[in-house]
Amino acid sequence: MKIIIVGCGKIGAALTKALNDENHDIAVIDSDEDTVKSVANSMDVIGVEGNGASIQTQREAGIAGANLLIATTGSDEVNILCCMIAKKANTNISTIARVRNPVYREEITYFKEELGLSMVLNPELLAAREIARLLRFPFAVKIDTLLRDRIEILRHRIKENSPLADIRVMDVNRKLGSDVIICTIERDGEVFIPNGASMLFVDDMISFVASPEDATRFFRNIKEETHQVKDTIIAGGGKISFYLAQQLLSLGIDTKIIEMDPKRCEILDENLEAATIICGDGTDEELLLEEGIEHTESVVTLTNIDEENILLALYAKKVNPGVKCITKVNRVVFDDLLEDIDLGTIMHTKSIVADRVTSFVRAMQNSMGSNVETLIHIIDEKAEALEFLVTGETEVTGKPLSELDLKGNLIIAAINRGKTIMFPKGQDEIRPGDRVIVVTTHKGLNDLNDILRK
Amino acid sequence: MNHSSIIYILGKLLQIEALIMLLPLFVSLIYREDDFLPFLITIALTGAVGTAISFKKPGKASFYAREGFVMVALGWIVMSVMGAVPFVLNGDIPNFTDAFFETVSGFTTTGSSILSDVESLSHASQFWRSLTHWIGGMGVFVFMLAVMPMAGAQNMHLMRSESPGPEVGKLVPRLKDTAKILYRLYFALTVLMFIILLITGMDGFDAVTVTFGTAGTGGFAIRNDSIASYSSLQQIIISVFMILFGFNFNFFYFLTFGKSLFDALKMEEIRVYLLIIAGSVVVIMINARACFESLFDAFRKSLFQVASIITTTGFATADFDLWPTLSKTVLVMLMFIGACAGSTGGGFKVSRVIILFKAFQKELEHFIHPRMVRNVHMNGRALKEETVDGVKVYLGAYIIIFVVSVLIVGYENHDLITNFTAVAATMNNIGPGLSMVGPTCNFAFFSPVSKYVLMFDMLAGRLELYPMLLLFAPTTWRSK
Repeated sequence: MKIIIVGCGKIGAALTKALNDENHDIAVIDSDEDTVKSVANSMDVIGVEGNGASIQTQREAGIAGANLLIATTGSDEVNILCCMIAKKANTNISTIARVRNPVYREEITYFKEELGLSMVLNPELLAAREIARLLRFPFAVKIDTLLRDRIEILRHRIKENSPLADIRVMDVNRKLGSDVIICTIERDGEVFIPNGASMLFVDDMISFVASPEDATRFFRNIKEETHQVKDTIIAGGGKISFYLAQQLLSLGIDTKIIEMDPKRCEILDENLEAATIICGDGTDEELLLEEGIEHTESVVTLTNIDEENILLALYAKKVNPGVKCITKVNRVVFDDLLEDIDLGTIMHTKSIVADRVTSFVRAMQNSMGSNVETLIHIIDEKAEALEFLVTGETEVTGKPLSELDLKGNLIIAAINRGKTIMFPKGQDEIRPGDRVIVVTTHKGLNDLNDILRK
Repeated sequence: MNHSSIIYILGKLLQIEALIMLLPLFVSLIYREDDFLPFLITIALTGAVGTAISFKKPGKASFYAREGFVMVALGWIVMSVMGAVPFVLNGDIPNFTDAFFETVSGFTTTGSSILSDVESLSHASQFWRSLTHWIGGMGVFVFMLAVMPMAGAQNMHLMRSESPGPEVGKLVPRLKDTAKILYRLYFALTVLMFIILLITGMDGFDAVTVTFGTAGTGGFAIRNDSIASYSSLQQIIISVFMILFGFNFNFFYFLTFGKSLFDALKMEEIRVYLLIIAGSVVVIMINARACFESLFDAFRKSLFQVASIITTTGFATADFDLWPTLSKTVLVMLMFIGACAGSTGGGFKVSRVIILFKAFQKELEHFIHPRMVRNVHMNGRALKEETVDGVKVYLGAYIIIFVVSVLIVGYENHDLITNFTAVAATMNNIGPGLSMVGPTCNFAFFSPVSKYVLMFDMLAGRLELYPMLLLFAPTTWRSK
């Protein structure tokens, strides 16, 4: 597909990289010459310097033949304008705008219906939703949903003395009396997809799919707490904090936000009646103790400085070992290093956005040959879960799964037929009309037939 | 100070009053009573004075907050003086101070009376007494704004001085249209109540006067036992309408202009107001159960009295002075809370109580989290610091006026409950108090000095303190 990306900041660059990896033809527009150059040099894309909201620049980037325009400049209004101009220049184009201001939040339907936007991206809102979900299920490390929220995909680190330690994958369900499918195992930085005979060890990070009820049962049986947190301390009062607090308060979770800027505090208080807003430095030890960091059930660090977030998370873990910690990290450079320290969950806003756009692009491609409905990155970008819609008879349909010659490091995690969800066994088969969840470490699967060894 | 503007507006006000007084004149004609002449004389006098002083248009048309306050305060006093004239002339209330007291009590929608036998009044007098409630309820200046061709942004000062509540805003861009909408809603609700009362079989004259008393949350009735002799159905209808007239009129505006009942009920003030009513009714039903005949009787009487007191109407169906102490205490508390801001009721106003309570809560939390940022929220948005401060200062002024009034009235040597509740009942525009000013008694026994103090309290209470305070403040009259 031909894609134009306007604005090449953090999110723009992450999107360019993700879409470039999927082999799309990309043109990048940015008003800053150096940015354009550096992107064009590091990736196989074309760079255009100029104002993205100008029709001249858009023509230069090839708007006439493009399939998709993504506007991610710093300004919501410019992004919307970019999309409207693109739509006039090329009626067949799909457009995505990044719109972050909470003021526009209720107006997204209007943008879509009246202004012709295909999708409105709000990275902060997406991140906040993700964090809220994590706080509701404090026992899991990362969680996402598939098949319209009917199954969940969760990560869990096996602790010492856990009933999961030193058993085979095929024995898990029998031993715990639950119905889950373990999809990936992460061990010493390696990710692989297990088969029934694979062994689980202490410190392994496993991911699995299950229905919400089974997930709860699973965690209860391995003696992990399953209740949602009662309170939380959020460091930093940016847009993510605002969206997050809104959601947490509606779930009845006590929310405290620590923010340094008094003006920002006023704005937060204006809009979040039930939250406690503290004006102060989130890295001030005294203040944190005063506000009860030792007793809180969860801490979310959302300041703009990665190092501050990491330090704060480490401190919280030290004074309050049982705390559920979520740490926002903007740059992904020292990821390997961070894996080794226990920071709880690490949030990459960029990858959340990249996931969302990639899955949108794949769904767009669906009408042009691919049929991926949803895509979720499970472990950063090392493994992904894909949702396929089976549209007709193909090589994989109508045969028991055990007879299919599947690629290695690939597992069929769930099949949705009508109202039922199956966690498939060898004798089950795929039929037209099913939705199939595939978990794999292979990249760029575009069709269900790609799961077969060629 | 723009004196010519003040005089001009007062003249216009008197002209309007003269026109309004045509109504009791008609009543007098209908019932063929002999007080036709007194009303005619008053109308002629009021109209002549009004026309004379407003004949010349003011040289400088613009006026500001200070003139607005003075106009409203003086306007209400002048209007009450002229309103008292017919009572003196037709001999119903020969003493001028008493007649003045009665009219102030009427216009301020208080309902405290110096009469021991209201049934002996002529129909025209009774009608005029009740009509003053209806006019005073929504405010005569608001009426002026609605009907008279007055242009200019400065009229907002008039509206702000006369309308109750910590924040007075417009509903629509034009002040005139806002005033019209308010009066239309007021009129529609009044007519609705009148028709319902007629359907239940109430006599036409009774229905009109009771409706006026209820709509303005006044409290003058035309029977000696107030409302007690009407049927229980009628009493419940009156209770419901008292509660409705105690609503913030924005509620009805929202309802008529598209919002659903559910959305309109999201107004915090209205929810708290209804909760207070429900809570008080339950407490009184339990506490005073010995005074009632049946469960229904208990419900009917408690609801009526709670509605009557919290909306500052002051009708009575039972002699609540005989109820146990807890019930009486609850009623006295309700006197101070009052109705919603932007209603026709008086008192401290539910919204101010909410703001004070929240400010208090905020202060407490500040001790625990010294660096916390928190504003007082109302209806989901933060209030300006000025508004909250305004409420605190209002409370201060309120207490000072209250204490000084009790002190002055105290020289007469009546018991403390009488003095305390007399001031509370007049300042909150309720009507009856407890003990010697209880629902079966009246205010006639006070000395003229006390009566003038209570009149000041009524006007101060109705006009939200400041116009009356500014009228007597030297700074107001000092030029520059």
